[in-house]
Amino acid sequence: MKLLLEKAHIENIRLYDVYRREGGYRSVEKALKMTPDEIVDQVKRSGLRGRGGAGFPTGMKWSFIAKPEGVPRHLVCNADESEPGTFKDRYLMEFIPHLLIEGLIVSSFALGSNVTYIYIRGEYAWIVDILEQAIIEAKNNGWLGKNIQGTGFDCEIYVQRGAGAYICGEETALIESLEGKRGNPRIKPPFPAVKGVWDRPTVVNNVETLAAVVPIINMGGDEYAKIGVGKSTGTKLISACGNLNKPGVYEIDMTISVEEFIYSDKYCGGIANGRKLKACIPGGSSVPILPANLLLKTAKGETRYMNYESLSDGGFATGSMMGSGGFIVLDEDQCVVRHTLTLARFYRHESCGQCSPCREGTGWMEKILKNIEYGKGKMSDIDLLWDIQSRIEGNTICPLGDAAAWPVAAAIRHFRDEFEWHVFNPDECLKRNYGLAHYADERALAV
Amino acid sequence: MSEQQLFKVTIDNITIEVPAGTTILNAARKIGGDVAPPAMCYYSKLQGSGGKCRTCLVEVSKGSEKDPRPMPKLVASCRTTVMDGMEVKNITSPRVTDARAGVVEFLLINHPLDCPICDQAGECHLQDLGYDHGKAGTRYEFQRRTFHKVSLGDYIQLHMTRCILCYRCVFTADQMTAKREHGVLDRGDHAQIATFIERNLHNEFIGNVIDVCPVGALTDRTFRFKNRVWFTKPVDAHRNCPTCCGEVQLWMRGDEVFRVTARKDEWGEIKDSSDGKTGWICNTCRFEKKHISDWVIEGPSNINRHSVISQGHYVGVEKPAETFEKVMDGRKPRYFMDIHNVSEVNRPDIELSLLDGPATAKIFDEPQKDNK
Repeated sequence: MKLLLEKAHIENIRLYDVYRREGGYRSVEKALKMTPDEIVDQVKRSGLRGRGGAGFPTGMKWSFIAKPEGVPRHLVCNADESEPGTFKDRYLMEFIPHLLIEGLIVSSFALGSNVTYIYIRGEYAWIVDILEQAIIEAKNNGWLGKNIQGTGFDCEIYVQRGAGAYICGEETALIESLEGKRGNPRIKPPFPAVKGVWDRPTVVNNVETLAAVVPIINMGGDEYAKIGVGKSTGTKLISACGNLNKPGVYEIDMTISVEEFIYSDKYCGGIANGRKLKACIPGGSSVPILPANLLLKTAKGETRYMNYESLSDGGFATGSMMGSGGFIVLDEDQCVVRHTLTLARFYRHESCGQCSPCREGTGWMEKILKNIEYGKGKMSDIDLLWDIQSRIEGNTICPLGDAAAWPVAAAIRHFRDEFEWHVFNPDECLKRNYGLAHYADERALAV
Repeated sequence: MSEQQLFKVTIDNITIEVPAGTTILNAARKIGGDVAPPAMCYYSKLQGSGGKCRTCLVEVSKGSEKDPRPMPKLVASCRTTVMDGMEVKNITSPRVTDARAGVVEFLLINHPLDCPICDQAGECHLQDLGYDHGKAGTRYEFQRRTFHKVSLGDYIQLHMTRCILCYRCVFTADQMTAKREHGVLDRGDHAQIATFIERNLHNEFIGNVIDVCPVGALTDRTFRFKNRVWFTKPVDAHRNCPTCCGEVQLWMRGDEVFRVTARKDEWGEIKDSSDGKTGWICNTCRFEKKHISDWVIEGPSNINRHSVISQGHYVGVEKPAETFEKVMDGRKPRYFMDIHNVSEVNRPDIELSLLDGPATAKIFDEPQKDNK
């Protein structure tokens, strides 16, 4: 079932005229006739959960916003999609930008935000142009600016580019960066719903979450809640990548199984080059990696489905998380140690350096993993890695420390034998040419 | 003024009542002793400081009277305010001591441990923390992060290699100066405290960044390598300064002033001066006035931090009621010489206790005569 990407394939849907002809901005027309509280109520009924990673109910988040007299409120769209393996927001903004603008107008009206920001990562430079074009078109047609559609509601949307820091995807770091400061996460409380941008009440939502507000208003919250299963309502964009036949962005309605998602021709079409599935990270680089046996079936032997509850079934011992929907698949030729090293290097580089466990621990983990990967590791290093990650997790200001610790923990938990193989076979692990071994040039293998 | 609400909070089974809005750390400091968590980045005189070093983590085993659920994670006590009926575990929680040992290890992996040549040694908070909560060995076997030394003007040396990125100096510089000149460049473990392109700092109060630095990353260039802090004796003194409060601590050896700092309290933070404001001192007092005649000496400082600088045991010093003359039966004080012990051997004929006044070289220089 497609709600968000239903019309993404239509030619020139990027332009206002085409988008409007295809039924765009109907939700704004409908929403402006409702009261803000009714919209929040509809979103609450829909059971929409934040699509950025944490999965917090959006309607509840909206109802937390403080409403002091005379203080402006803000809505910020988090388009700083920097999680390795996640590229769903990019697809959405690039192909159907008006959907986001439409969702932003409705949400701004619901929250009473007259100035709304889109904080977009610096690397998405060309998407800034697309969004700004869409904003101008919307403004020219009276959907933005002063007195929208004669209702007396004013709303302006500004696009702000980040400077390329992963940490600015964390909502308080994003707010700091938006204010023009160094992107260090703030210490919570106070939460952004009380003190956000310029100490004003602020709601920060992911691109996909805000886009999902459009179908919710169009079809009604109760109707939207019927899609999906349990508390995982609606549709979710999954950006599948790795050793797959058909990597890309897919919209799923959270009722399909993981097996169906990987192997059916409608979705990823199986593992590339006829190889076997080894492991998968189901929700972007920060969530724990799962081996194939635990990915397709839970520890209890039930089928694992692509939804929030099923993916996190079994906790971190035998489960993972839905996360931001970055579905990274590893085939049998991939080395989990090298993969973990890549992630550890990323988190070391992206740690803001504010609090000590994350600043020092991420660098330390990377160095140890490098040693193991390049055949200089010891058995004690594996235990040391485990100890370091356990001391980072939960002891930091923002979730980046947890995000750096979880992949390492899960890799050791499920693939300890592979780490040990690296320690025992230092010469062989230098010779392996991961992933390319079977179809690489002979000369490349000789290195 | 409305009646201030008092919250009851129990820290390590000791209950205390504090006003609403107090942080757990400050409540624990009111109890004092080992109950107070260590703090490397929190500085009560600086707005916005704290929360970064994670050494002050504590376990909240009961959220409040209304909502008794424990907090799932350890919380930074310097930034968490108390609730009524809150129960906190600090040194009684193995989880906290374990996490704290981890934080100490993290802080030390990139620290050069060059204490033998560091000017801060002896009054270094990281040393104290390491002794109290750390382990003797390290599991880190890689090259440590290094930086070049930078001089921020004539007075301050920045030795970034030793820095633990507590941000205290950044807050100090921001809150004392009108223009922002001092901040953090880069991210992660290669982040560094810097002034943009090694620019000098010129503010009249910028010397205070040396006092707030918990480690030896910012040191006084007029004192560098002159002496070890434990050889110098802290003395309270003041002068009539037109810019600052002029109330300082002199670090003296003999009658030579080696270093001037602001006065610090038992948590290593700058004390309030007599007019009730924070006792920041100006650069002139700190760096220029290095002669004893510049100052009015008040007496030895009371230092009760448990580090090596308190070896003089200046805790609870009381001035004696008697004067020197009274004690010495009317004899006037003169300079003492160190010949007392040798005189017994060299000139046993001179009975020291019979001399009128202290024994001086003059008595021993005189040729022996029948002076009895």
